[in-house]
Formats: sequence, C-alpha cells, structure tokens
Amino acid sequence: MSKHHIRVTINGTLYEDDVDARMLLVHWIRDSLHLTGTHIGCDTTSCGACTILVDGKATKSCTMFAVRADGRQIQTVEGLEQQGKLHPIQDGFHQEHGLHCGYCTPGMMMTAVALLRRNPNPTEQEIREGISGNLCRCTGYVNIVKAIQYAAEKMRASEQVPAGSGEGGE
Amino acid sequence: MSTAVHTHVLGEAYKRKEDARFIRGQGKYVDDVQLPGMLYGAIVRSPSAHALIKHIDSSQALQVPGVVTVITGKDLEAAGLNWMPTLPGDTEIVLAVERVLYQMQEVALVVATSRYAAADGVAAVEVDYDPLPVVVDPRKALDPDAPLLRPDKKDKQPTNQIYHWEVGDRAATDAAFADSAVNGVVVKQDIYIPRIHPAPIETCGCIADYHAATGKLTVWLTSQAPHVHRTIFAWVTGLPEHRIRVISPDVGGGFGNKVPLYPGYLCAIAASLKTGKPVKWIEDRSENLSSTSFARDYHIHAEIAADKAGNVQALRVHTLADHGAFHTAAQPRQFPAGLFHICTGSYDFKHALVEVDAVHTNKAPGGVAYRCSFRVTEASFLIERLMDTLARDLGKDPAELRLENFIKPEAFPYRSALNWTYDSGNYEAALKLAMKKIDYAGLRREQAEKRTRGELMGIGISSFTEIVGAGPGKHFDIVGIQMFDSCEIRVHPTGKALARIGVQQQGHSHETTFAQIIAAELGLSPDDVDIEHGDTDTAPYGLGTYGSRSTPVAGAATAMAARKVRDKARKIAAYLLEVGEEDLEWEPGRFFVKGAPDKGKTIQELAFAAYTNCPPYLEPGLEAVNYYDPPNLTYPFGSYICVVDLDRGTGEVHIRRFMAVDDCGTVINPMIVEGQVHGGLTQGLAPAMYEELSYDEDGNIRGGNFQDYLMPTAMEAPRWETDRTVTPSPHHPIGAKGVAESPTVGSPQAIVNAVVDALAHVGIRHIDMPITPEKVWNILNEKGLTSD
Repeated sequence: MSKHHIRVTINGTLYEDDVDARMLLVHWIRDSLHLTGTHIGCDTTSCGACTILVDGKATKSCTMFAVRADGRQIQTVEGLEQQGKLHPIQDGFHQEHGLHCGYCTPGMMMTAVALLRRNPNPTEQEIREGISGNLCRCTGYVNIVKAIQYAAEKMRASEQVPAGSGEGGE
Repeated sequence: MSTAVHTHVLGEAYKRKEDARFIRGQGKYVDDVQLPGMLYGAIVRSPSAHALIKHIDSSQALQVPGVVTVITGKDLEAAGLNWMPTLPGDTEIVLAVERVLYQMQEVALVVATSRYAAADGVAAVEVDYDPLPVVVDPRKALDPDAPLLRPDKKDKQPTNQIYHWEVGDRAATDAAFADSAVNGVVVKQDIYIPRIHPAPIETCGCIADYHAATGKLTVWLTSQAPHVHRTIFAWVTGLPEHRIRVISPDVGGGFGNKVPLYPGYLCAIAASLKTGKPVKWIEDRSENLSSTSFARDYHIHAEIAADKAGNVQALRVHTLADHGAFHTAAQPRQFPAGLFHICTGSYDFKHALVEVDAVHTNKAPGGVAYRCSFRVTEASFLIERLMDTLARDLGKDPAELRLENFIKPEAFPYRSALNWTYDSGNYEAALKLAMKKIDYAGLRREQAEKRTRGELMGIGISSFTEIVGAGPGKHFDIVGIQMFDSCEIRVHPTGKALARIGVQQQGHSHETTFAQIIAAELGLSPDDVDIEHGDTDTAPYGLGTYGSRSTPVAGAATAMAARKVRDKARKIAAYLLEVGEEDLEWEPGRFFVKGAPDKGKTIQELAFAAYTNCPPYLEPGLEAVNYYDPPNLTYPFGSYICVVDLDRGTGEVHIRRFMAVDDCGTVINPMIVEGQVHGGLTQGLAPAMYEELSYDEDGNIRGGNFQDYLMPTAMEAPRWETDRTVTPSPHHPIGAKGVAESPTVGSPQAIVNAVVDALAHVGIRHIDMPITPEKVWNILNEKGLTSD
C-alpha cells in the first residue's frame, strides 16, 4: 500500500501525515486526528453525517480519499465555535430544538453553513432542498429548518459570517 | 444559599441540557471511543439465503498484513460462546456452523489491527456453500414440501411454524359475525404491513475490553437496555455479572434497533477474551439494514361486524407473522404477538378474536418494536383502515363513524373485549380538535367540488389508541426479568442533585425532562439537577428505553424517588423548626410551619442540614432510590388528519397538510413533546410512502442500503402541524403517559386512508404500503384517470 504525505489545514491548524492511498478522509479525521464530531452513518454518500467543508464546499468525507485533501482548507464541526462563542447555526439548533440524538447534527450544521454562505436568505423550500443530502431519523426536519432560519436571521443581522478561521472561498 | 422557588417546572419548554455537547461535536458515541491497543473486528457474511457450509478456509486471511486472528463458529462452540438467548426464548447461533439461514448471516469474524486490514481479511476468507431451497414467502413456509429451516429444534418444533396464538372469545365473536351477516354489515380486508427497519443514523456496534488480570469485561455498546445486555452477557460468557460493565454512551438513535442482542456483540466479546485486547466492531449500513432486527412484516386478514346503524360489534383478525430465521421478536414472554391485541383500538367492541401464526423464512430474524410498543403499530393500522372501509360501506363520513363508536370519556377506566384496562381517554375531544384545526367540513366541501373537476384529493383520519409503559412486572418481562424501572437521586450538601436512571436515551432528552421531574418534586431549578444513564456500574438496574416506557416507568420511579427525598427533608425540617411533621406545609422548594409562613426551611437548607446537622434519629445524607413496578400500562391517544392531492400525471402523492392532535397526559416539556411528534410522524410517513425491506425469490435483500431504502429527507417530510389535549393518566405519579411512539403508530393509516379516500369513488378500498407513485399510477391507469 503506497503512503502519501499530506498537509491539510483543519479548523486553522495545519496537520501533516503519511496516509495510505485508500485511507478515507473521514477515517483520517476521526481515527488519526481524533476529531470525532464528524460522524459516519452509511458509508455510501447517502446520509451526510460525515459532511465537512472542503475549501468552503459541503463535502461528504466518507467518499473522499484523505490524499485528495492535500493542500486544502477543511472545516469541521469542532471549528464552528470561536473564542467561546457559538456559531449562529449552533445557537439555532439549540434554540429551535433542531436535534434529538445529535448524530446527524454536525453534518447537518456544516451543510447549513455552506448553504447560508451561498444563500444568506433562503426560503423554506430552498433550505429543505439544501439539506436534502443529509438524513435525520429523529426530528422530522421541521425544527432543523427553523434552526437554519434562526441562524440565517442572526447572520444577516450581524452581517458577518463567523465561520471560523482557516477557510478558503468557494 | 439560593432560596429560589421553582413552581412551574413541569410544562415548561426548557432548552435541552444535552445540546451543549452535541452542537460542539463533543458527543461520545461508541465509535468515537479509542482504547490503547484496540483491535478491529469485521464479519464474513453469507451471500446466500439458505445453504450448507461445506468448508471455511481462513489461511489466506491470516496471511493478510494486520490480521491477528479469524474466529469461526466452531471456535466459538469450543469456547461455549456460540449461542445467544433471544427475547422470546429461542436460541440464536452467533456464527453459522453447518448452515446459513439468511443472506448476510454472520459466518466468521476477522480481527485485525485496523479497519482496513480487517476488511482485507474478510475478503480473503473463503467459504464454500452448498445451496439449499429458499423459503421467502411466509405463506409457503408451511407447505408440506417446504424445507425445514430449523432442524436444530425439530424435536420442539417439527415444522416452520413457530407458534399459533389466539386470544378472545371465539364463540361470541363468531356469533356476532353470523348475526351481522344477516342483520347488519360485515367488512373484510387483507392488509400487508411490510418489513421495514428502524435504521438509526448511527449503526450498531461495540467495543469489548476484557482485562485478564482483573477479570473485568467492559463493553461499550450501542444499547437501549444496558442492564439487560449485561445480564445476558453474564449468562452467555459465564463471567460473573459484577465483573461485567456495559457502558451505553451517547447513542445515535435506537427506535428499537438497539434493544436486541446481535452476533457482532458476542463476536467482539469472544475476540477480546481470546486476544486480551479491546476489540471494536462497528457494522456498516448494509449490515445494519440486512442483518439487525427488522420490524412489522405482518400479513393480516381483518373483519369487523357492525349493526345496520354502524355500531361496531365484533372484530376478528388473523395474522401470519414472518419472523425470519430465528425467533427473535421483541416481546414479553406472556404475549407471543406482543400487544397486538390492542387492535380494538379506540372503539367499543363487544367481542373480539385475534389469531397469530408465526413462521420461519430465509430472511433476517427480528420483529422488533420499531418506535412502537410491541406490535401496537400493526394493531392500530388494521383497525383504523377497517373503520374507514366500514364507513365507506355504510355511506357514512369516517369522522362521524368514529365519533359514534368511540369509547366514551365516562367509560374509563375501560375494560376492552381483549382484556386491557385503558387508564383514561377522551377520544372525541382529540378528534374534534383536529377537525376544527384543519377545517374538516371545509375540506370535505373542497373535495366534492374538486371531484366534479376530476381532481383527486383525499382526507384520511386516524384516531389511534396506544398501549405503552410496560410492566406491570407480573405480566411483562424481558428474558424473564420483570419490567420495572428505577431512579437513584443524590442531593449534595450544597443543594444540587445528581440522579441516575435505569433507562438510557438515544435522542429522548431524558437529561432535560427527568431533571424537570425532580426539579418539580423538590422545588429545585432543572439546572441544579443532572441526569446520568447508560453505565451499569453506576446506574440502578432498569429494563431500558423502548415501548415508550421511559416516562411511564422510569419517569414514575424518578418522581417517587424525589418524593422519598422530600419525605426525609420534611423530617429534617421538623427537627430544625422544632415542630411535628404534621405541622409542616410544602410549597415547591420549601417547608414552612402551618400558619407561620415566615418560619420555614428551603430544600437547599435541608440538604445542607442532612450532612451537617442531621437529626440524631435519622441516617445522615439525602439520597433515595426507587424501583417502580407500574400498576398498569398507560394509553396515550390522538387523532390525526391528513390531506393529500394526487398527481394524475405521475401518480405522486402530495401531502398538503397533516394535523396531529396528541394526548400524552401530563406534558413535562412541550418543546420536546412537539419535537418527538415531528420525528415520529416522519417515521410513520416513511413506511406509508417510501421504505420497504423486500426480498427477491432467491432471498436476496432489496433495500440493503440508503440508495435503495428510501428514508425521507427534508424534501419528502411535510411541515407537520401539531396540537394536543391533556388527559392525565390516573395511576402515574405525575399523570404522564409517554409520547414519542404515538406519531409513528398513528400516522401511517392517516396517510393511507387519505390516498384511498382520494380514489374511493372509483372503487378503491385498500392500497398496501408503501404507497409508491408506481402503485398509484397503475390504479389511475387502470381506472382511466391518468392525465398528461
């Protein structure tokens, strides 16, 4: 198995490692870097529990090789909170009861962050479409939609995107 | 010291305490746990649905870099570890030895130093199979020429029939049907409730960690019932139970999927015992959908006898239950078909007869209570479907027929024809509220008007009654253990409390709602009460979270434990205030002397005194534990109304509105109740329109991944509307009944009734779930109703 040297910036920190060519990005993030907030739910790019931002784009990390992340900027759920201040999407999920078991939540929030960056004022239908690559078995989505609307409003009001350091543009 | 008094803790929409870790990605699920030296297990599974195993060759796998060992069924047999008890008393093999009985059955375990090496090892294990005839259709399982699937138990069970069970008064029921056939009306319907899967987003898995030096086995487990799992592990392994610790940490959804015991757990334990190292086994999605417990799979024939006016007289039901290869259905031992005989539902039937025949097929074993209390979902579906058919045949509005036949509010406690004692209910109030909220009369007018234009709109009602919160322990058990539950409360000297409960949460919000129960009983802030669960070394024994039993049973235990604490606090208050206990009055958070409200002691002061100035005749400290055996089940209910529009071009069903009125008794936290209803409704929508685990004629599973098993996304789920009535349970300490399963139980039939209602005028009486666009389009096509 060939090893490859990679340099990846995650949540503003540079990580270097030698990884097997077949190592999936999600396994490297979870098992090697111990950033276990990113979850695995299906292994087939269906459920979105493993969603992270790669160069600002929502990406399902269970279907991307770690070597492909070389040189890129990644953001995971652990990078949302900044200087002890929750990201509006985290606040929204808490305030609007957008989570039950919490397992899909990190991926759902990362997808929402990317959505709100593309479209700061989405309609309900646009939100539903935007998160349709992420499965939640617990909530029925009603309060997830509300949580994203809450965050959208907060972010528009503050006219900032406090989405953590170390990320690139889309 | 704080003297804050909290009077309105119950019924407050407190934000969830557990959110803080989850929104930061700091939850700790089983697969997040990494232990030093940990090995990884992966399972070799059968590609065939029925075959003899001729030979297993592990030699190539053992050459794979990183592979430590390969364990087969014969290895486990030699160690006495190749069996597991199932909940209803069958024995399930851990790793197949002579034969495989379903596709994806466990055949061998590869243990390696990484996930990847374990997967390589699985690919390198060679197994020779000799195919056998396959039984897929349960209706053919009892044919004389059907192969016997379980020769291992042929002495006890000579055919593929697991059991025949019946309950009710056959003679009286048959007589009522004979009478209605002449003087009234009889309706009949065949209904198939498809095989589906709970499919929590986190799959099942564990880490088994055996320390030879201490003899202690720790199992990190995705478990809804950690204490029961510990006891079963003790039985199977022979290890002393006090040296087994099960930790069920954060669990990413359960819905019944994480109640049973699975071969993977025993494999990981066996591997840790063999290697002396921690062994992690986490199943992938296909393994989850294909091998862990399915739900439903009931082939039902149901009949109602009514008089000419439409008053229901008798219900007769026969069901063929497909249990797959092993009898692993989740049910108390006294009730082979669980609580299926709640199927008289919300209506005042005089007589009923229910028969169930369960058979083996070459499919994955199961029959788990998926977000449902032991088959109440199947029961509720059949009665709500049949009531619509009866209304149709009588020319009555389905709401009117329901209102005429409901058990009346003054009839509670109500003894049903099949011997359940319903605790409380007001079914009319719930249905009338739902009708008002959705403007039922207006919808019927709109439907009639649309029909003249050829537009297809339907309205479906479901007025369900649930039965949840098992025990009582004398009737309900899990592998023989009575179904009580528990809570232990420790109030610290500074007036803060830590409680541990016998149930475990997988999204239920116990850390918030159980804190609210204790806070309400003791007059504390919920912020000052923390709830722990899921660690068998610290939590009191409990039977776990399923069948909506957390609030009815462990919630009751929690209130009762808090009352024990309060009773002791009263004694301390009497001592400190130098009055008799009978001279004291309680207001939330404080005892005071009757007639002298200024003279009192807060719960915080009393907690401090319990450790610093305790009466000499009392034990110091302020702690209590309660094991609660409920005197009865609770009977939540509700009425749902669904409005659908059918697309005549594509056959698609569009849910325009869905109004859910639930009555779960006393509401602890309305935000959480509403959230649970949203989620449960979506898990009712799923089987109604999208999800099914079907098999082809060779026993190959269809639906074994999320590309084929269509879980609803935010695009499919409607914007659910909710409301509630409140009819407390008379026997629960705080009147709560439990809520989270009601919407899953009550909603599929509302959707199906709505679609059938949209097509009733062309003679459609029933459509089996899932109602796919293809099924609807075929009906439209057959009836000449399609449009471009």
